[in-house]
Amino acid sequence: MARITAGVSTSHIPLIGRAIDTNSTDDPYWKPVFQGYEFTKRWLAEKPPDVIFLIYNDHASAFDLRIIPTFAIGCAEEFKPADEGYGPRPVPLVKGAPDLAWHIAQSVIEQDFDLTIINEMDVDHGLTVPLSLMFGRPEAWPCRVIPFAVNVVVYPAPNGRRCYLLGKAIRNAIQSFDEDLDVQVWGTGGMSHQIQGPRSGLINQAWDKRFLDRLADSPEELAAIPHVEYIREAGSEGIEMVMWLIMRGALGDEVKELHRHYHVPASNTAVGHIVLEASK
Amino acid sequence: MALSKPYADIPGTTVFDSDMARRGYHLNQFCMSLMKAANRERFKANERAYVDEWKMAEEQKQGVLARDYKRLVELGGNIYFLAKLFSTDGKTFVHAAAQMTGMPEDEYKKMMLEGGRSPDGNRYVGEK
Repeated sequence: MARITAGVSTSHIPLIGRAIDTNSTDDPYWKPVFQGYEFTKRWLAEKPPDVIFLIYNDHASAFDLRIIPTFAIGCAEEFKPADEGYGPRPVPLVKGAPDLAWHIAQSVIEQDFDLTIINEMDVDHGLTVPLSLMFGRPEAWPCRVIPFAVNVVVYPAPNGRRCYLLGKAIRNAIQSFDEDLDVQVWGTGGMSHQIQGPRSGLINQAWDKRFLDRLADSPEELAAIPHVEYIREAGSEGIEMVMWLIMRGALGDEVKELHRHYHVPASNTAVGHIVLEASK
Repeated sequence: MALSKPYADIPGTTVFDSDMARRGYHLNQFCMSLMKAANRERFKANERAYVDEWKMAEEQKQGVLARDYKRLVELGGNIYFLAKLFSTDGKTFVHAAAQMTGMPEDEYKKMMLEGGRSPDGNRYVGEK
Protein backbone atom coordinates (compact mmCIF):
# COMPACT_ATOMS: atom_id res chain seq x y z
CA MET A 1 0.00 0.00 0.00
CA ALA A 2 1.05 3.62 -0.46
CA ARG A 3 2.24 5.46 2.67
CA ILE A 4 2.40 9.15 3.52
CA THR A 5 5.79 9.52 5.16
CA ALA A 6 6.22 13.27 5.67
CA GLY A 7 5.08 16.76 4.91
CA VAL A 8 7.15 19.71 3.75
CA SER A 9 6.00 23.32 3.67
CA THR A 10 7.80 26.21 2.09
CA SER A 11 7.29 29.62 0.55
CA HIS A 12 7.56 29.63 -3.25
CA ILE A 13 8.80 33.15 -4.02
CA PRO A 14 9.68 33.60 -7.72
CA LEU A 15 12.89 35.53 -7.03
CA ILE A 16 14.20 32.49 -5.11
CA GLY A 17 13.91 30.55 -8.36
CA ARG A 18 15.80 33.29 -10.15
CA ALA A 19 18.56 33.18 -7.52
CA ILE A 20 18.93 29.40 -8.00
CA ASP A 21 18.83 29.65 -11.79
CA THR A 22 21.56 32.32 -11.82
CA ASN A 23 23.81 30.61 -9.23
CA SER A 24 23.37 33.50 -6.79
CA THR A 25 22.49 31.45 -3.72
CA ASP A 26 25.74 32.38 -1.94
CA ASP A 27 25.14 36.12 -2.28
CA PRO A 28 24.91 37.82 1.13
CA TYR A 29 21.24 38.64 0.50
CA TRP A 30 20.33 35.05 -0.35
CA LYS A 31 22.65 32.98 1.81
CA PRO A 32 20.51 33.12 4.98
CA VAL A 33 17.45 32.12 2.92
CA PHE A 34 19.08 29.03 1.45
CA GLN A 35 20.96 27.92 4.57
CA GLY A 36 17.64 27.04 6.14
CA TYR A 37 17.06 24.39 3.47
CA GLU A 38 20.35 22.51 3.93
CA PHE A 39 18.86 20.10 6.45
CA THR A 40 15.98 19.24 4.15
CA LYS A 41 18.20 18.75 1.11
CA ARG A 42 20.33 16.22 3.01
CA TRP A 43 17.29 14.52 4.52
CA LEU A 44 15.62 14.18 1.12
CA ALA A 45 18.82 12.96 -0.56
CA GLU A 46 19.01 10.11 1.97
CA LYS A 47 15.56 8.83 1.19
CA PRO A 48 13.64 10.61 -1.55
CA PRO A 49 9.96 9.67 -1.75
CA ASP A 50 8.56 7.99 -4.83
CA VAL A 51 5.90 10.64 -5.29
CA ILE A 52 5.38 14.20 -4.06
CA PHE A 53 1.80 15.42 -3.82
CA LEU A 54 2.58 19.11 -4.29
CA ILE A 55 0.01 21.70 -3.25
CA TYR A 56 0.61 25.14 -4.76
CA ASN A 57 -1.15 27.94 -6.51
CA ASP A 58 -0.95 29.01 -10.10
CA HIS A 59 -0.17 32.72 -10.61
CA ALA A 60 -2.07 33.54 -13.80
CA SER A 61 0.05 31.09 -15.79
CA ALA A 62 -2.00 27.97 -16.53
CA PHE A 63 -5.27 29.53 -15.37
CA ASP A 64 -6.40 33.05 -16.18
CA LEU A 65 -9.83 34.53 -15.40
CA ARG A 66 -11.60 32.37 -18.00
CA ILE A 67 -11.52 29.29 -15.75
CA ILE A 68 -10.93 29.46 -11.99
CA PRO A 69 -10.93 26.03 -10.34
CA THR A 70 -10.86 26.04 -6.54
CA PHE A 71 -9.06 22.68 -6.35
CA ALA A 72 -7.39 21.18 -9.43
CA ILE A 73 -5.48 17.90 -9.53
CA GLY A 74 -2.93 17.27 -12.26
CA CYS A 75 -3.39 13.75 -13.66
CA ALA A 76 -1.13 14.08 -16.70
CA GLU A 77 2.01 12.05 -17.39
CA GLU A 78 4.12 15.19 -17.50
CA PHE A 79 3.93 18.93 -16.94
CA LYS A 80 6.07 21.55 -18.66
CA PRO A 81 7.55 24.51 -16.74
CA ALA A 82 5.40 27.51 -17.68
CA ASP A 83 6.58 30.54 -19.60
CA GLU A 84 5.56 33.28 -17.16
CA GLY A 85 6.35 36.06 -19.60
CA TYR A 86 10.15 35.89 -19.71
CA GLY A 87 10.71 32.30 -20.90
CA PRO A 88 10.26 29.08 -18.90
CA ARG A 89 12.61 28.43 -15.96
CA PRO A 90 15.55 26.22 -16.97
CA VAL A 91 14.35 23.29 -14.87
CA PRO A 92 13.52 19.68 -15.76
CA LEU A 93 10.17 18.52 -17.04
CA VAL A 94 7.92 17.49 -14.14
CA LYS A 95 6.94 13.81 -14.39
CA GLY A 96 3.47 13.04 -13.07
CA ALA A 97 2.04 9.98 -11.34
CA PRO A 98 -1.19 9.53 -13.32
CA ASP A 99 -2.30 6.21 -11.81
CA LEU A 100 -2.12 7.55 -8.26
CA ALA A 101 -3.50 10.95 -9.28
CA TRP A 102 -6.59 9.45 -10.91
CA HIS A 103 -7.06 7.22 -7.89
CA ILE A 104 -6.92 10.25 -5.59
CA ALA A 105 -9.32 12.18 -7.80
CA GLN A 106 -11.98 9.48 -7.64
CA SER A 107 -11.50 8.80 -3.94
CA VAL A 108 -11.51 12.47 -2.89
CA ILE A 109 -14.58 13.33 -4.99
CA GLU A 110 -16.34 10.38 -3.36
CA GLN A 111 -15.44 11.99 -0.03
CA ASP A 112 -17.37 15.16 -1.02
CA PHE A 113 -14.54 17.37 -2.37
CA ASP A 114 -15.32 18.23 -5.97
CA LEU A 115 -11.93 18.44 -7.65
CA THR A 116 -11.29 19.68 -11.17
CA ILE A 117 -9.30 17.09 -13.10
CA ILE A 118 -6.56 18.55 -15.29
CA ASN A 119 -4.82 16.55 -18.01
CA GLU A 120 -2.88 19.29 -19.71
CA MET A 121 -1.21 22.04 -17.71
CA ASP A 122 2.05 23.95 -17.48
CA VAL A 123 3.37 24.48 -13.96
CA ASP A 124 4.74 27.83 -12.79
CA HIS A 125 7.12 28.98 -10.04
CA GLY A 126 4.58 28.00 -7.37
CA LEU A 127 5.45 24.37 -8.11
CA THR A 128 8.98 24.52 -9.49
CA VAL A 129 10.57 26.81 -6.87
CA PRO A 130 9.89 24.35 -4.00
CA LEU A 131 11.41 21.53 -6.12
CA SER A 132 14.49 23.66 -6.80
CA LEU A 133 14.81 24.59 -3.13
CA MET A 134 14.84 20.95 -2.05
CA PHE A 135 16.69 19.32 -4.95
CA GLY A 136 18.91 22.06 -6.37
CA ARG A 137 19.58 21.87 -10.10
CA PRO A 138 19.42 18.18 -11.14
CA GLU A 139 19.15 16.95 -14.73
CA ALA A 140 15.87 15.27 -13.82
CA TRP A 141 13.72 15.60 -10.69
CA PRO A 142 14.28 12.57 -8.43
CA CYS A 143 10.57 12.02 -7.71
CA ARG A 144 7.33 11.96 -9.59
CA VAL A 145 4.99 14.84 -8.74
CA ILE A 146 1.23 15.25 -8.58
CA PRO A 147 0.48 18.98 -8.94
CA PHE A 148 -2.48 20.14 -6.89
CA ALA A 149 -3.45 23.74 -7.65
CA VAL A 150 -5.57 25.78 -5.24
CA ASN A 151 -7.23 29.07 -6.13
CA VAL A 152 -5.88 31.73 -3.77
CA VAL A 153 -5.88 34.52 -6.36
CA VAL A 154 -9.59 35.28 -6.69
CA TYR A 155 -11.27 35.81 -3.32
CA PRO A 156 -12.38 33.73 -1.58
CA ALA A 157 -9.80 31.01 -1.39
CA PRO A 158 -11.20 27.83 0.16
CA ASN A 159 -11.24 28.37 3.91
CA GLY A 160 -8.74 26.85 6.28
CA ARG A 161 -11.09 24.26 7.72
CA ARG A 162 -12.11 23.02 4.29
CA CYS A 163 -8.45 22.76 3.33
CA TYR A 164 -7.62 20.85 6.51
CA LEU A 165 -10.48 18.40 5.93
CA LEU A 166 -9.50 18.03 2.28
CA GLY A 167 -6.06 17.00 3.51
CA LYS A 168 -7.64 14.23 5.55
CA ALA A 169 -9.54 13.02 2.49
CA ILE A 170 -6.31 13.03 0.48
CA ARG A 171 -4.72 10.94 3.25
CA ASN A 172 -7.50 8.34 2.98
CA ALA A 173 -7.11 8.32 -0.77
CA ILE A 174 -3.35 7.83 -0.82
CA GLN A 175 -3.45 5.16 1.90
CA SER A 176 -5.96 3.15 -0.12
CA PHE A 177 -3.72 2.95 -3.21
CA ASP A 178 -2.44 -0.58 -3.73
CA GLU A 179 1.04 0.17 -5.02
CA ASP A 180 3.92 0.17 -2.52
CA LEU A 181 4.91 3.85 -2.60
CA ASP A 182 6.40 6.43 -0.27
CA VAL A 183 4.49 9.67 -0.73
CA GLN A 184 5.28 13.09 0.70
CA VAL A 185 2.75 15.90 0.79
CA TRP A 186 4.10 19.40 0.30
CA GLY A 187 2.16 22.57 1.08
CA THR A 188 3.60 25.75 -0.38
CA GLY A 189 3.11 29.52 -0.39
CA GLY A 190 3.22 32.22 2.27
CA MET A 191 4.23 33.32 4.74
CA SER A 192 3.10 36.87 5.47
CA HIS A 193 3.25 39.16 2.45
CA GLN A 194 1.24 41.75 0.61
CA ILE A 195 2.12 42.85 -2.89
CA GLN A 196 -0.78 45.08 -3.80
CA GLY A 197 -1.92 48.50 -2.71
CA PRO A 198 -0.37 51.08 -0.37
CA ARG A 199 -0.02 48.47 2.41
CA SER A 200 2.42 46.45 0.26
CA GLY A 201 5.43 45.16 2.15
CA LEU A 202 3.47 44.04 5.20
CA ILE A 203 5.28 41.37 7.20
CA ASN A 204 4.02 39.96 10.50
CA GLN A 205 6.77 37.89 12.08
CA ALA A 206 4.90 37.28 15.35
CA TRP A 207 1.84 35.96 13.53
CA ASP A 208 3.91 33.77 11.20
CA LYS A 209 5.83 32.26 14.10
CA ARG A 210 2.64 31.49 15.97
CA PHE A 211 1.38 29.74 12.85
CA LEU A 212 4.55 27.62 12.68
CA ASP A 213 4.34 26.91 16.43
CA ARG A 214 0.85 25.46 16.09
CA LEU A 215 1.17 23.56 12.81
CA ALA A 216 2.34 20.26 14.31
CA ASP A 217 0.20 20.03 17.44
CA SER A 218 -2.72 22.46 17.16
CA PRO A 219 -3.86 22.32 13.54
CA GLU A 220 -7.51 22.62 14.59
CA GLU A 221 -6.76 26.10 15.91
CA LEU A 222 -5.18 27.08 12.61
CA ALA A 223 -8.08 25.59 10.69
CA ALA A 224 -10.43 27.97 12.51
CA ILE A 225 -8.65 31.13 11.31
CA PRO A 226 -11.04 33.09 9.06
CA HIS A 227 -10.03 34.68 5.75
CA VAL A 228 -10.14 38.16 7.14
CA GLU A 229 -7.53 37.35 9.80
CA TYR A 230 -5.07 36.12 7.18
CA ILE A 231 -5.54 39.29 5.15
CA ARG A 232 -5.46 41.69 8.10
CA GLU A 233 -2.57 40.05 9.95
CA ALA A 234 -0.51 38.33 7.25
CA GLY A 235 -1.28 40.49 4.20
CA SER A 236 -3.56 39.98 1.23
CA GLU A 237 -1.22 37.32 -0.18
CA GLY A 238 -0.74 35.66 3.22
CA ILE A 239 -3.95 33.74 2.51
CA GLU A 240 -1.72 31.29 0.62
CA MET A 241 -1.05 29.63 3.97
CA VAL A 242 -4.36 27.77 3.78
CA MET A 243 -2.45 25.44 1.46
CA TRP A 244 -0.22 24.42 4.36
CA LEU A 245 -3.36 23.16 6.10
CA ILE A 246 -4.11 20.72 3.27
CA MET A 247 -0.67 19.25 3.86
CA ARG A 248 -1.20 19.17 7.61
CA GLY A 249 -4.53 17.37 7.25
CA ALA A 250 -2.87 14.71 5.11
CA LEU A 251 -0.26 13.86 7.76
CA GLY A 252 -2.57 12.36 10.38
CA ASP A 253 -3.04 13.25 14.03
CA GLU A 254 0.37 12.68 15.60
CA VAL A 255 3.22 14.33 13.75
CA LYS A 256 6.79 15.15 14.66
CA GLU A 257 8.53 18.37 13.69
CA LEU A 258 11.93 17.60 12.16
CA HIS A 259 13.04 21.02 10.99
CA ARG A 260 12.00 24.66 10.85
CA HIS A 261 13.32 27.78 9.14
CA TYR A 262 12.09 31.38 9.08
CA HIS A 263 13.69 34.38 7.44
CA VAL A 264 12.69 37.92 6.42
CA PRO A 265 12.84 39.03 3.67
CA ALA A 266 13.02 37.43 0.27
CA SER A 267 11.86 40.11 -2.11
CA ASN A 268 8.47 41.15 -0.59
CA THR A 269 7.91 38.07 1.50
CA ALA A 270 8.60 36.26 4.77
CA VAL A 271 10.17 32.87 4.06
CA GLY A 272 8.83 29.97 6.10
CA HIS A 273 9.79 26.31 5.89
CA ILE A 274 8.90 23.32 8.05
CA VAL A 275 9.35 19.55 7.81
CA LEU A 276 6.94 17.23 9.60
CA GLU A 277 7.11 13.46 9.94
CA ALA A 278 3.66 11.96 9.34
CA SER A 279 1.68 9.72 11.70
CA LYS A 280 2.52 6.05 11.30
CA MET B 1 -28.69 40.82 -0.19
CA ALA B 2 -25.24 42.29 -0.42
CA LEU B 3 -22.21 40.16 0.29
CA SER B 4 -20.55 40.65 3.65
CA LYS B 5 -17.08 42.16 3.27
CA PRO B 6 -15.35 41.98 6.66
CA TYR B 7 -12.09 42.97 4.94
CA ALA B 8 -13.40 46.36 3.81
CA ASP B 9 -11.86 48.13 6.83
CA ILE B 10 -8.29 47.00 6.13
CA PRO B 11 -6.29 50.05 5.04
CA GLY B 12 -4.39 50.23 1.74
CA THR B 13 -5.76 46.90 0.57
CA THR B 14 -8.08 46.01 -2.31
CA VAL B 15 -9.22 42.43 -1.97
CA PHE B 16 -9.63 40.81 -5.40
CA ASP B 17 -13.15 39.62 -4.75
CA SER B 18 -16.06 38.94 -7.10
CA ASP B 19 -16.82 42.63 -7.66
CA MET B 20 -13.20 43.42 -8.51
CA ALA B 21 -12.77 40.31 -10.67
CA ARG B 22 -15.91 41.27 -12.59
CA ARG B 23 -14.75 44.86 -13.03
CA GLY B 24 -11.20 43.90 -13.97
CA TYR B 25 -11.95 41.01 -16.31
CA HIS B 26 -10.88 42.63 -19.57
CA LEU B 27 -7.99 44.50 -17.95
CA ASN B 28 -6.60 41.27 -16.53
CA GLN B 29 -7.16 39.31 -19.74
CA PHE B 30 -5.35 42.10 -21.63
CA CYS B 31 -2.44 41.59 -19.21
CA MET B 32 -2.55 37.82 -19.88
CA SER B 33 -2.21 38.48 -23.60
CA LEU B 34 1.27 39.89 -22.90
CA MET B 35 2.46 36.37 -22.06
CA LYS B 36 2.93 35.94 -25.81
CA ALA B 37 6.03 37.55 -27.34
CA ALA B 38 4.20 38.56 -30.51
CA ASN B 39 1.59 40.46 -28.48
CA ARG B 40 4.29 42.18 -26.43
CA GLU B 41 5.85 43.41 -29.67
CA ARG B 42 2.54 44.74 -30.97
CA PHE B 43 1.81 46.40 -27.63
CA LYS B 44 5.21 48.08 -27.48
CA ALA B 45 4.94 49.27 -31.07
CA ASN B 46 1.67 51.13 -30.38
CA GLU B 47 0.34 50.88 -26.85
CA ARG B 48 -2.76 52.96 -27.41
CA ALA B 49 -3.85 50.96 -30.47
CA TYR B 50 -3.26 47.69 -28.62
CA VAL B 51 -5.26 48.63 -25.51
CA ASP B 52 -8.07 49.84 -27.77
CA GLU B 53 -8.51 46.24 -28.93
CA TRP B 54 -9.71 45.35 -25.43
CA LYS B 55 -13.09 46.10 -23.85
CA MET B 56 -11.52 48.04 -20.98
CA ALA B 57 -12.90 51.21 -19.45
CA GLU B 58 -11.03 54.34 -20.53
CA GLU B 59 -9.67 54.86 -17.01
CA GLN B 60 -8.25 51.34 -17.06
CA LYS B 61 -6.58 52.06 -20.39
CA GLN B 62 -5.15 55.29 -18.97
CA GLY B 63 -3.86 53.36 -15.95
CA VAL B 64 -2.12 50.89 -18.25
CA LEU B 65 -0.52 53.60 -20.38
CA ALA B 66 0.65 55.43 -17.23
CA ARG B 67 1.77 52.17 -15.51
CA ASP B 68 -0.16 53.41 -12.48
CA TYR B 69 -0.31 50.10 -10.58
CA LYS B 70 -2.00 51.52 -7.50
CA ARG B 71 -4.85 52.83 -9.66
CA LEU B 72 -5.01 49.64 -11.71
CA VAL B 73 -5.48 47.57 -8.55
CA GLU B 74 -8.33 49.88 -7.52
CA LEU B 75 -9.88 49.38 -10.96
CA GLY B 76 -9.94 45.59 -10.76
CA GLY B 77 -6.39 44.69 -11.78
CA ASN B 78 -4.88 41.74 -9.96
CA ILE B 79 -1.19 41.83 -9.15
CA TYR B 80 -0.40 38.45 -10.73
CA PHE B 81 -1.97 39.65 -13.97
CA LEU B 82 -0.43 43.12 -13.74
CA ALA B 83 2.89 41.28 -13.38
CA LYS B 84 2.66 40.47 -17.10
CA LEU B 85 2.58 44.22 -17.78
CA PHE B 86 5.55 45.15 -15.61
CA SER B 87 7.49 42.09 -16.83
CA THR B 88 6.99 43.43 -20.36
CA ASP B 89 8.79 46.55 -19.12
CA GLY B 90 11.50 44.43 -17.49
CA LYS B 91 10.34 45.50 -14.02
CA THR B 92 10.02 43.42 -10.84
CA PHE B 93 7.40 42.84 -8.16
CA VAL B 94 9.48 45.02 -5.85
CA HIS B 95 9.31 47.86 -8.38
CA ALA B 96 5.52 47.59 -8.63
CA ALA B 97 5.04 47.18 -4.88
CA ALA B 98 7.22 50.20 -4.11
CA GLN B 99 5.28 52.28 -6.63
CA MET B 100 1.94 51.29 -5.06
CA THR B 101 3.16 52.39 -1.64
CA GLY B 102 4.37 55.73 -3.02
CA MET B 103 7.90 55.03 -1.76
CA PRO B 104 11.08 55.26 -3.83
CA GLU B 105 12.25 51.76 -4.69
CA ASP B 106 15.46 51.93 -2.60
CA GLU B 107 13.52 53.13 0.44
CA TYR B 108 11.01 50.29 0.01
CA LYS B 109 13.81 47.73 -0.29
CA LYS B 110 15.39 49.13 2.87
CA MET B 111 12.07 48.77 4.70
CA MET B 112 11.90 45.11 3.61
CA LEU B 113 15.47 44.44 4.74
CA GLU B 114 14.58 45.91 8.11
CA GLY B 115 11.70 43.45 8.52
CA GLY B 116 8.96 44.87 6.32
CA ARG B 117 5.95 47.03 7.10
CA SER B 118 4.71 46.42 10.63
CA PRO B 119 1.10 45.36 11.04
CA ASP B 120 0.87 47.74 14.01
CA GLY B 121 -1.22 50.73 12.97
CA ASN B 122 -2.03 49.00 9.65
CA ARG B 123 -4.81 46.64 10.64
CA TYR B 124 -7.85 48.94 10.57
CA VAL B 125 -8.71 52.13 8.71
CA GLY B 126 -8.28 55.06 11.08
CA GLU B 127 -6.21 53.03 13.56
CA LYS B 128 -3.52 54.99 15.38
